[in-house]
Amino acid sequence: MSRLQGNLALLILVALAPPVGAQTGGELRFCLHGEPKTFNPVLVDDEASENIRYLTGGVLIRLNRQSQALESALATSWTISHDRRTITFRLRKGVRFSDGTPFRSEDVAYTMRLLMDPETHSPTGDAFRSGEGTVQVEAPALDVAVITFPAPIAGLERLFDQVAILSSHSPKKEMAVLGPFLIADYKAGSYVLLEKNPNYWKHDAQGRALPYIDRVHLDIQRNRDIELLRFRRGELQLINRLEAEQFDRLQHENPAVTRNAGTGLDAEELWFNQSPAAPLPEHKKAWFRTKEFRKAISMAINRADLCRIVYAGYAKPAYGPVSPSNHFWFNAALEEEKYDPQGALRLLRQAGFRSASDTLQDRAGNRVEFTLVTNSGNAAREKMASMIQEDLSQVGIKVNVVTLDFPSLIERVTRTFDYEACILGLVNTDLDPNSQMTVWLSSGENHQWNPGQAAPATPWEAEIDKLMREQAAAPTEKERKAKFDRVQQIVAEQQPFIYLINKDVLVAVSSNVVGAAPVVLNPPGFWNVETLRLGPAPELGVQK
Amino acid sequence: MSSRSKLRGVCSAILCFIFAVGLFAGAVSPYSYAKQFRERPNAAPSASHWLGTDSLGRDLFARLAYGTRVSLLLAPAAALLSTLIAGVFGGLAGLLGGWCQRLILAAADLSMALPLLFVLLALRALLPLDISPVVSVMATFALLGLLGWPSSLRVVWAATKNLRNSDFLLLARATGCGRWRMIVRHVLPNLRPVLLAQFCISIPLFVLTEATLSMLGLGVMEPLPSWGNLLRGLEDLSAIGANPWRLSPLVLLALVVICFQLILPSQEETA
Repeated sequence: MSRLQGNLALLILVALAPPVGAQTGGELRFCLHGEPKTFNPVLVDDEASENIRYLTGGVLIRLNRQSQALESALATSWTISHDRRTITFRLRKGVRFSDGTPFRSEDVAYTMRLLMDPETHSPTGDAFRSGEGTVQVEAPALDVAVITFPAPIAGLERLFDQVAILSSHSPKKEMAVLGPFLIADYKAGSYVLLEKNPNYWKHDAQGRALPYIDRVHLDIQRNRDIELLRFRRGELQLINRLEAEQFDRLQHENPAVTRNAGTGLDAEELWFNQSPAAPLPEHKKAWFRTKEFRKAISMAINRADLCRIVYAGYAKPAYGPVSPSNHFWFNAALEEEKYDPQGALRLLRQAGFRSASDTLQDRAGNRVEFTLVTNSGNAAREKMASMIQEDLSQVGIKVNVVTLDFPSLIERVTRTFDYEACILGLVNTDLDPNSQMTVWLSSGENHQWNPGQAAPATPWEAEIDKLMREQAAAPTEKERKAKFDRVQQIVAEQQPFIYLINKDVLVAVSSNVVGAAPVVLNPPGFWNVETLRLGPAPELGVQK
Repeated sequence: MSSRSKLRGVCSAILCFIFAVGLFAGAVSPYSYAKQFRERPNAAPSASHWLGTDSLGRDLFARLAYGTRVSLLLAPAAALLSTLIAGVFGGLAGLLGGWCQRLILAAADLSMALPLLFVLLALRALLPLDISPVVSVMATFALLGLLGWPSSLRVVWAATKNLRNSDFLLLARATGCGRWRMIVRHVLPNLRPVLLAQFCISIPLFVLTEATLSMLGLGVMEPLPSWGNLLRGLEDLSAIGANPWRLSPLVLLALVVICFQLILPSQEETA
């Protein structure tokens, strides 16, 4: 009995104790997949620099990568005017930059002015450009900042997740930071070393200063195979994004270190060239503009096979422009496109096509044949193209697959329009549909099937234009959602983009990293870096 | 029969066999090279798939047989074209010397100075996208043949220059031997080992260049197989570990090159 009581007491002690072996300090090591082009957060335009901005920059509002909700950060609260042009921030008091200079509203004003200065050419600032006129920034009190934009901006507060506040007074300029880490050392082509910001404002529930980790060592390594090799050797503790094949291999070797965060936001899609300027035969242009033709192609593609074979099962079939991982904006009412080659044939016959000795012909007797281009070196897209080629041969369509180097492909897709169909992926950097304006507006440069239209070529494109503009100006998120749901519905009906798959976000985390909880939003592996700890060696018991 | 002759016989038989497999690929392989067995991707060798399947479930033996047809017929054709160009112009430069030599060598230097990949990219931009895989293959190897001559030309030129200053040509000239007779009876037989060596070196080089070109969209297009795009499958080391038979195109390539080398007459034999 006394032994039982002793064991019970020990269990209670263990339960109340902090995570076993988890400790503060230490160095977290992982890779950047390219050279950071800048350390100035205002000029960030590449993934490596964005990762450093995330680790070092302090923002007014932070998007919680797990809950996808906005949280207060350097701003304790904010209000948006009814016309959605003005946002007022109440700032956190007593916060200091890494060099000791105090954080005040004039720093917010300085950052916003710099961001919106056309001379700065800030990609982050571009998201705030809502209309003609200048942005007014006021600092009526040390802890209040008021920003007024010339026109309403939908999802305005969300954009501040990307704005790292700079110090207006520090002689260190952008090297004075408000984020959890500061840049301590950098060797071009080799590494970036970040050290804990001693003045970071955040504390955990027990009042301990965050982050727990002392240093983050970012090795610059483009080669994914070498990165994986180093991870296996224990030289790295995290791989932020793994290819499906790498993940599958690692899963077989050591399942404890692999984490599938779920379906990602990015999609791979196929589209037909509908540009009137395309140097294509008129009969092919007519096929590509036919809704039934596009719909039939979509029905004849076996997406489940694409996921299973090309992505080793680490992908989900995609049916619309928004991934189900985008909790708020995804239109759950959209119907899944079923793999149905016979249905596709029926639809094609209804549209005037006919089968003749295993081949499909149009009304004029032209054999249905097109060239599908994608970028060379992307094994997954090349495989998908081969599988689509096989799938469409089942309905009598001949597909020639051509891979081109990326610059040549982009030249054809965006300038000469000398292509018939293309497979590429669109990267979704933001959850909000406003970031996709250039894709959906008929005048947009990324309206890939027929970009830069002077006036919408079809009634459904005109409707999308109208809905996208209306959602951007709608006063409530609910109204915006209703309008963007309709946009998704139109896209699913018309299939200007035939969505193929949504890749899973695959991460590798060493067993001694405690607290890692990969998510689908960027950066998936270290979004909660400030609360990560380096725990015990795996053989002593893993804490997750 | 000497051991050298026996070896040549064996090598010839191996080459004939490989050529025959390529030529009659349709008869020897049980499946089409494009047929995807999607339930069996990356399968190990079995009675139904002798060399297993690739990542899309396509029969590796069928792809190897058809790939042999493409590579073994077209790579030697391209090698022959480039060796002929190198032989004619290298020989002319070496024999005639003077402005002709300077002009030809300058052209060769210019060709070598041009980055081949960029030249090919420019040519790709000129070609229409909707060409069939067969035309694409022909165009690829024709381009290789037309662009692959400069390095061989330098070797041929150096060999011909040595011949021009040789005693036996001096003697031939002194005895009143005509220019064409000198070329046909004395120069060409002496250049034969050099030309044959250049020809044999070019074959694997063109097979590998074709693989690189496939990545640029200029090589053999899917689903048509070639040794080049089959060799690209070796990039995936884990797949090789799971099915070492994936190395078969590499083994076949090495075997063909070795056989060609052993069949060729040695320098002593040609002397």
